[in-house]
Amino acid sequence: MMFVLERRANPSFRMAIASPILAALGMMVTGFFLFSALGKDPVEVFYLFFVKPLSSTYDIGELLLKTTPLLLCGLGLAMGFRANIWNIGAEGQLTMGAIAGGGVALWFGDSDSMWAMPLMLLAGVLGGMIWAAIPAYLRTRFNTNEILVTLMLVYIAQLALSWLVHGPWRDPEGQNYPQSRGFGDAETMSVLIDGTRVTWGIVYALGLALVAWVVSQKTIAGFRMQVAGMAPAAAAYAGFSEKRNIWIALLVCGATAGLAGICEVAGPIGRLQQQISPGYGFAAIIVAWIGRLHPIGVIFGALLMSLLYLGGEAAQMGMSLPSAITGLFQGLLLFYLLAADLFITFRLKRVRPAERIDPKPVVTLKSAA
Amino acid sequence: MNPVGNATDSKPRLVLTGITKRYPSVVANDDISLSVRPGEIHAVLGENGAGKSTLMKIIYGITKPDAGTILWNGQYETITTPSQARRLGIGMVFQHFSLFETLTVWENIALALDERVSSAKLAAQITEVSEKYGLPIDPYRLVHSMSVGERQRVEIVRCLLQEPKLLIMDEPTSVLTPQAVLVLFETLRRLASEGCSILYISHKLDEIRALCDSATVLRGGRVSGTAIPKNETNESLARLMIGGELAVCSLMPRQPEEVRLELDHLSLPTADPFGTTLKEISLTVRSGEILGIAGVSGNGQKELMAALSGERLSTGPMIKLLGQPVGDLNPAKRRELGLTFVPEERLGRGAVPPMSLAYNALLTGSRKGMVQNGMIYPTVMRSFAKKVIERFKVKCGDEQSAASSLSGGNLQKYIVGRETMLEPKMMIVGQPTWGVDVGAAQLIRQALIDLRDQGVALLVISEELDELFIISDRLMVLAEGRLSPSVRPAETSIGQIGTWMSGKFNEPAGRGAAGADPLQEVA
Repeated sequence: MMFVLERRANPSFRMAIASPILAALGMMVTGFFLFSALGKDPVEVFYLFFVKPLSSTYDIGELLLKTTPLLLCGLGLAMGFRANIWNIGAEGQLTMGAIAGGGVALWFGDSDSMWAMPLMLLAGVLGGMIWAAIPAYLRTRFNTNEILVTLMLVYIAQLALSWLVHGPWRDPEGQNYPQSRGFGDAETMSVLIDGTRVTWGIVYALGLALVAWVVSQKTIAGFRMQVAGMAPAAAAYAGFSEKRNIWIALLVCGATAGLAGICEVAGPIGRLQQQISPGYGFAAIIVAWIGRLHPIGVIFGALLMSLLYLGGEAAQMGMSLPSAITGLFQGLLLFYLLAADLFITFRLKRVRPAERIDPKPVVTLKSAA
Repeated sequence: MNPVGNATDSKPRLVLTGITKRYPSVVANDDISLSVRPGEIHAVLGENGAGKSTLMKIIYGITKPDAGTILWNGQYETITTPSQARRLGIGMVFQHFSLFETLTVWENIALALDERVSSAKLAAQITEVSEKYGLPIDPYRLVHSMSVGERQRVEIVRCLLQEPKLLIMDEPTSVLTPQAVLVLFETLRRLASEGCSILYISHKLDEIRALCDSATVLRGGRVSGTAIPKNETNESLARLMIGGELAVCSLMPRQPEEVRLELDHLSLPTADPFGTTLKEISLTVRSGEILGIAGVSGNGQKELMAALSGERLSTGPMIKLLGQPVGDLNPAKRRELGLTFVPEERLGRGAVPPMSLAYNALLTGSRKGMVQNGMIYPTVMRSFAKKVIERFKVKCGDEQSAASSLSGGNLQKYIVGRETMLEPKMMIVGQPTWGVDVGAAQLIRQALIDLRDQGVALLVISEELDELFIISDRLMVLAEGRLSPSVRPAETSIGQIGTWMSGKFNEPAGRGAAGADPLQEVA
């Protein structure tokens, strides 16, 4: 008995949907063995990971709260990935959005201005866009690799934030903690559901998912980007500008990631500090892939990833597991997803070893002579 | 003297029985049997997609058959790898070469050898074998400096060094000038006279009648007949091959009108280090005429296409479309002026493989009302696609079928149809019938002629000389990035065009030795 991989005539749509589910199962099975080996009760870990975060209104609020930045970044990334533009620096764009929007908040101080929040959101969006414009310009002008540039800009943005909260924006009454003053009421996003911390950010994110769906499916701009991703030569043949696609993809992602950044600092955090994101921008890469680069899929991807974050925290506190556990689960999930994705274009076929046909004399030839 | 008659005495070298190979969507080979004797040149004739290449890959150990047996010199063999095939004495020259351009001839050959040989010894061997068979090559030359014909020699010599008992040649003449074809035929005859069997894959009937002792004809993955080509006519072979009569299309004389496309000393350095630089290319195409550009691929065809479509920009006035300089305009802007374009690569350039035919209409047809205010109008898009499918008899599920699910010929019909129905003023077509079956090729050629009769200007770049002689009002030859003078097909010959294809534009446009049709000469 042997197995061979055989290319499918057409990519399987069913497998494209099943793949993330299989990946999640693979992650859980591996986790089961891992926790057993560590001497922890896997059932308890799974309860902490996947059930407890859904067991109360507050917990569901926390889930939606963490979903917000993941969804926003994932939407922007998915748009670029569909066009083969590999922005992996959403984390940096998120940070820059937080700096720009947070800067506006600090400038308003404790004022009650009704302009504070709109301007903060706008500044956050613009901050992310400017940060994303750098790789867009370098790629279109000098053909630099956007993977490297976006990644390096993450560290620059984080160091810039660190410098600001250690230096010029440090709270004078903050006992030297590296953080800014807390934002005033007008500079903090209002809570969506009482008894939770979830803000209006999740509404913006869901609305943008809808917009992204319309853009990607119904507009010529979305079509152009899709063609660029599927068949770059066809895009060139049709006269779709590659540069325009690069600019759109990066600016859109910069905008959504920037919005994610300001929603974080103006929401649950309430000030600027050294650490504003536990790697949402990077986790959003996985979110985009789990969501099949489809805006509606990304919503589910973001919910799952958010659950992993919360579950990881709960497992740390409840069972004193190391914090690496969240990263481990994220890695397992992506690993299994990529493996399962192979079966979208291939199928596993069982073959009998060497189909041997009994030698028999050949007499049935219609000879040419 | 009948070589087949002589060969009947000896035992067959290769006998295939009941070879079957199924792919997910198609049966490529269905119960194919075939026998070759030592010293026999055996043609495997069939249209594209008839299963010729699959069968050869099975013999050469690249593909494993699902059923069937291979008898080699009277022994049953299961050939699982090309190196095993080579050890048995089977050599294959592929249609697409596998040479490293940055290496020399002997280095390329050394890479394919299963044992180690010193460079001096190998070089001497290469020289000896290549001269013996009339294929002179310099073992120390770098491959990227060689023409396609010379590269083919390297491939052949690489096989000959292993003293094959059976040589498989896959469409070897598509890259050669008519004169070079004659040289190749001499080599093959010589090899056969020494007892080497040759499997010669082709769809060119003249060549097969001139060269081969016997033929197996494939159609739709099955053997549709066997024949002795010398005793057949092109018509009878074509009947076996396509299962019907060859239709003909004709070009009624027509007075061309105003100039639609003008190239004025277009020179363009190549972007690809192994590409071809275009040198001083001047031409005009008028409304209601077809200008055919002949030449072997790799002589600037790709570069000229890119310059014309706008995928590669040049300076404005070098290219004029409807009197307007467009050299620095991108493809979209040129399309707005009335240019449409059928590229030689269908999947991946002319069409987006995973997308439906309807969305592939949107690829170039957005100005036909499919897009308003940036929003896609799916109904307009689908009805356009439906019209193309209907008018050009595209065989497919419906307009929602993925482009990749169509056969090469049907996809080409769709692309030609799409570009036609965009109502062009000027249309550029690259290799219109490459890899397309005879029926579809006929329909495509007629569509191009109809466009011409409606007053569209057409420029057709093709490797198929026969095709250009049928559909062109005027012919030019692109060789080494330069363009020959233009000539009417009636006033020239395959021989002269062949001479031009090797870059010798100054040879008298005469009726001398080179003037006669080389294939007729040997037939």
